[in-house]
Order: sequence, then C-alpha cells, then structure tokens
Amino acid sequence: MCCCPATARIPWRPALSFSSSPFVIFLHFLYKIMAVHGPLVKIHPVVLASIVDSYERRNEGASRVIGTLLGTADKHSVEVTNCFSVPHNESEDEVAVDMEFAKNMYELHKKVSPSEVIIGWYATGYDITEHSVLIHEYYSREAPNPIHMTVDTALQSNKMNIRAYVSSQMGVPGKTVGVMFTPLTIKYIYYDTERIGVDLLQRTRASPSRTNGLTTDLAQVASAAGRVQEMLSTMLSYIEDVLSGKVMADNSVGRYLMDLVNKVPKITAEDFESMLNSNINDLLMVTYLANLTQAQIALNEKLVVL
Amino acid sequence: DHLLCVCVRLQVVLKIIKHYQEEGQGSEVVQGVLLGLVVEDRLEITNCFPFPQHTEDDVDFDEVQYQMEMMRSLRHVNIDHLHVGWYQSTYYGSFVSRALLDSQFSYQHAIEESVVLIYDPIKTAQGSLCLKAYRLTPKLMEICKEKDFSPEGLKKACIGYEHMFEEVPIVIKNSHLINVLLLDLQEKSTVADKHELLNLSSSNHLEKSLQLLMDRMDDMSQDIGKYNTYCRNLSKQQQQKQQYLQRRQQENAQRQSRGEPPLPEEDISKMFKPPQAPARMDTLLIAGTRGVNGRRSPSIKRLFLPAYSTGHWKFIVLCLKESIHELINSAMNGSV
Repeated sequence: MCCCPATARIPWRPALSFSSSPFVIFLHFLYKIMAVHGPLVKIHPVVLASIVDSYERRNEGASRVIGTLLGTADKHSVEVTNCFSVPHNESEDEVAVDMEFAKNMYELHKKVSPSEVIIGWYATGYDITEHSVLIHEYYSREAPNPIHMTVDTALQSNKMNIRAYVSSQMGVPGKTVGVMFTPLTIKYIYYDTERIGVDLLQRTRASPSRTNGLTTDLAQVASAAGRVQEMLSTMLSYIEDVLSGKVMADNSVGRYLMDLVNKVPKITAEDFESMLNSNINDLLMVTYLANLTQAQIALNEKLVVL
Repeated sequence: DHLLCVCVRLQVVLKIIKHYQEEGQGSEVVQGVLLGLVVEDRLEITNCFPFPQHTEDDVDFDEVQYQMEMMRSLRHVNIDHLHVGWYQSTYYGSFVSRALLDSQFSYQHAIEESVVLIYDPIKTAQGSLCLKAYRLTPKLMEICKEKDFSPEGLKKACIGYEHMFEEVPIVIKNSHLINVLLLDLQEKSTVADKHELLNLSSSNHLEKSLQLLMDRMDDMSQDIGKYNTYCRNLSKQQQQKQQYLQRRQQENAQRQSRGEPPLPEEDISKMFKPPQAPARMDTLLIAGTRGVNGRRSPSIKRLFLPAYSTGHWKFIVLCLKESIHELINSAMNGSV
C-alpha cells in the first residue's frame, strides 16, 4: 500500500499571445527554472466529477469544454467547491463565449450558497491555447487574479492530468508584453462525508459493469477493520527491517511509534471487560425497546382496522 | 409501474453531500431537485441542483421561477432537464412528515417513476454512505388522490404503516472516464484521516435517536388518546339516540291511548351530530417513522468485534488508529 505525496510536480507551460520574436524566446529560457509561487489550490472532488460529466455531454464537433469555477479565496490558498459549464464556440480564428449565460448561472448559484464567488475557469484538454488567453482576460474582469484549471480528459499521457495556473505579465514593460501562466500546486481536499462517499465509490472501479450497490453495515465494519490491520502489518514489517538493520532508523518515525505505544490507555483487563459488557447491555436494551414499540404499533394497527 | 432500481452517478452523490455540508448545518433540512431519465425499468439520475433555504427576508423569491431558470440554463449545456424526483436530508431518520407526503404525492402524480432520495448525513459521518430512495405505494397514492383520511377510508384500503413507502435499491453507475478520475484521486490523496466506522463510543448518537423515538411515542399516544375519546363519544351518542327513540315511542303510545295525534318523527340525525373522526393519516405517519427507523445502528456489531477477540489487543488497535495514520503518512513522506 503506497501513497504518493499530495503535491503534484507540474512542468512549466508558457503561453505567448504574440508570435515569438527572438527576444521573447530568450526570455522563455531565462524563466525556465521558475519557483512555484502563488496560492495553493484546493479542489473538491465534486468539481472534477462535474467537469468530466460536462465533457461527456459536449456538443458535436466541440473538442473541449469550458466553464466557471466557484469557491472561496484567502491570502494563501484558493478553495474550489463548485463549478458549472458555459457554452462556447471555438474555431481556428475566433472564440465566442456566452457571457450572459455565465452571469445568469452565477446569479442562480449565488442564491443557494451566497458565500461562493467566481475564482477562475476551467477547460478540458492538454494545452493552453491562444484562445485561453482571451478567455482568461474576460475572467480577470470578473474576479481578481483568476486561476485557470486544465483537466486532460483526452488522457494524453495515460492519466488525467489536472493542473492549475495563474497568469502573470511577462516581458519588457513598454515593449512586447506577454502573458505567462505559472503553475500552482494542487491539493485534493474533502469533507469527512465526501471522503466516505468517494471511498465507497472507489469500489466501482473493480466491478466489471461499473456498478456498485450500497453495502451492508457489517461488510463495511469488516472492511474498515481489515484496513487497520493492513496498516499495522506495514508498520510491523518496517519495524522488523529497522531492527534487523536493513533500513536506517529514522528518529521522527521512532518518536511517532513511541507516541503510539503511549496512547494506549492503561486499563486492566477486568475493567475493560466490564465497560464493554455494560455498553453491550445498553445496546441490547435499546434493541429490545425498539422491538417492543414495533410490536405495540402493529397491535394497535390491527385493533384499529378491526 | 414497477421500478427495479435507481442508478445514481458519482457527481449527484457528491453534490448532495456538499450541499448539506455547506448549507445545512444544524437540524435544518436541505432540499433539491433530481434530474435524469427513465430507461426501461430503471431510473437514472444524472444531475441535481439544490434549492435555496427559505429565509424570512426573501419574501418575493419565486421558487418556480428559480427552477425554470435553472432547467432552461442546464438544457443549453446538454444536461438532462427532465425532472425525476427530489432529495432531502434528514435528521436522525425523522423525515416522515405530512410535508414529505404531500410533495412526493404531487411529484408522483405528475411523473410516474419519481422518487425521493433521503440522505442521512449523521449516519454517513459514522462511516457508511446512507442514501435511500423511497416512493409511495400505489395504495397510498389512491388514498391521497381521494383525500379520504378518515378511519373508514383507510380501513377500506387496508393500509398499515408498512405499506406506505416502498424502498427502491440504489446502484451507483459510473462511466470509464470517471473511473480514471477516481484512480487519479486515490493516488494523489492522503490516507483517510478518520475511521469513524470503528469508533466504539456511539452512545451520543444512540441517546439522540432514543430521544427522538420517545418524542414520536408521545405524539403517538396523544393521537391514540384522541381516537379513544372519539370512540367513547360515538358509543355514548348511540346510547342517547336509543334512549330518545324509546322515549318517543312511549310518548306516542301514551298519546295514542289518549286519542291525540302522535308527535312527528323528528329528524334524529340532525339532533345528534356524530363527532368528528380524527384524521388517521398522522397516526400512520408517526408509525411510519417507527417502521422506517426499525434497523438499529451497526453499533452492536462494532462492539461484538472486540468482544469476540481474545484479550484487549484489538481494543488497543482501535484506540490507536489516528496515530497509525500520522505514522504511515510520515513514513511514506520520509521514504520518498
């Protein structure tokens, strides 16, 4: 069981709105090693699910879909919590976006959640094209410093790459000025309940018909216990490796282990058993009461209907 | 019309969860509309949108207009704009009410296959996604149509509290692209923080559920009391009627013997108005809450897990789950 770190390494993608002059290309190389600065982008999975869905429903002939991102922003991070798609037409020379529609939808959404504001826009597809720059300009009128998100639904690199950018001015002031999209780090963030929902739905990947029923309670308790067991065995194998000298001992990991062992509350076996038994007795009593009320109601029904 | 199952897409589930999380804190219910299609004997729900909360300072807000606007806009982006039902969140399972019945009846009357999705956020936070789909049974539909809620009407239709709602199984269906997305999410996200499912201390929720159950029982006993007084009044009235009739006959006999004309037969029914039969619908609704709520929480299964194991080793494990997560995360981050 292995988890990749939460930050994604995103390569730098420039987009120039004018045809490149040699001077600009020189700047291109100068900015090659760019520190990633700008806000951290936190995305909720509901946004990605909506984007994929609107991509699947796109019009005939459209190669990509765009839409507005809604959410909240503070000094260091931007949290994307909702989105809606906006109809647009794109051809070689021009791009037309239905602004009225975007405004209307935003008003409607605001009625439900007044705290969400426009924080950027998204587009499906791998590259940032020139049209993107124009659309980005429109969105900078709606929101301060909008972010642009691309979702690669065409799976160009065998994976759905999700990236976010913020635009900044580039070039020599007074002369040729360009717009550059600097990448941002993305983090997936969940509410607790969202997490549970997504974890449950991960199982649809395994089933061949891509369906999944909602499982019974007992099965879920069993799977949760199984997960904890797996984690314990991973830990134990690591400890054994350290003890036998195969892996270097890491002090911070050792400190965590110490915390772990110290967290076990000091209860004697008899105390624990008595606590457990009294708890079970409470539950059994409640079950009994529930059955009693059910029998009472059924009886009442029969008497009345008579 | 028989509905075999309800197919729900990932984003509908996530949107409902998000709506409650952001706008429904406290014991308020959140509601919204479900959109989708009917395919043979399955109901496919492909999208949904929330309803704003009712606020006092928004008197001129027009719900119907909001809905129309929303559906028109969604049609532009090729989203199914067919209304197939609605969803509501619930507080500890107490969603069976007159309002729900009325709304579901109007939906089901207009659209044959509509369902109401009930989302239980508290049970979901305990570890298992709790989403159920309900419809009204055909018998109940007929009764609602005639609006005959008296005891005789219900007796005729033989409705007990078990026959009010029928549950339709929910199946989650995703496209291949969504599966790729899920794969990506799983790789990039950290290990789940909380394993609420293994939490041994469920007494808080148990208390609240019991409290609500007791309230319902109080309502029910009041209702039963009302019905009993009605029965008593009815029988008393019958007796009085009999007595009056007897006296009348005696008087008439006396008068005849004296040669006077008999008194006219008065309209007895006008004199004794039968008492009002109380609406039985509320009783049924209360009983319905009980019936739907019948399944106890998995807390008992949770407790039996450590009880059947030897010693208290597993109990230690369950206490340490949080530290285990921190540990695994740091180990992975450190080793990369």
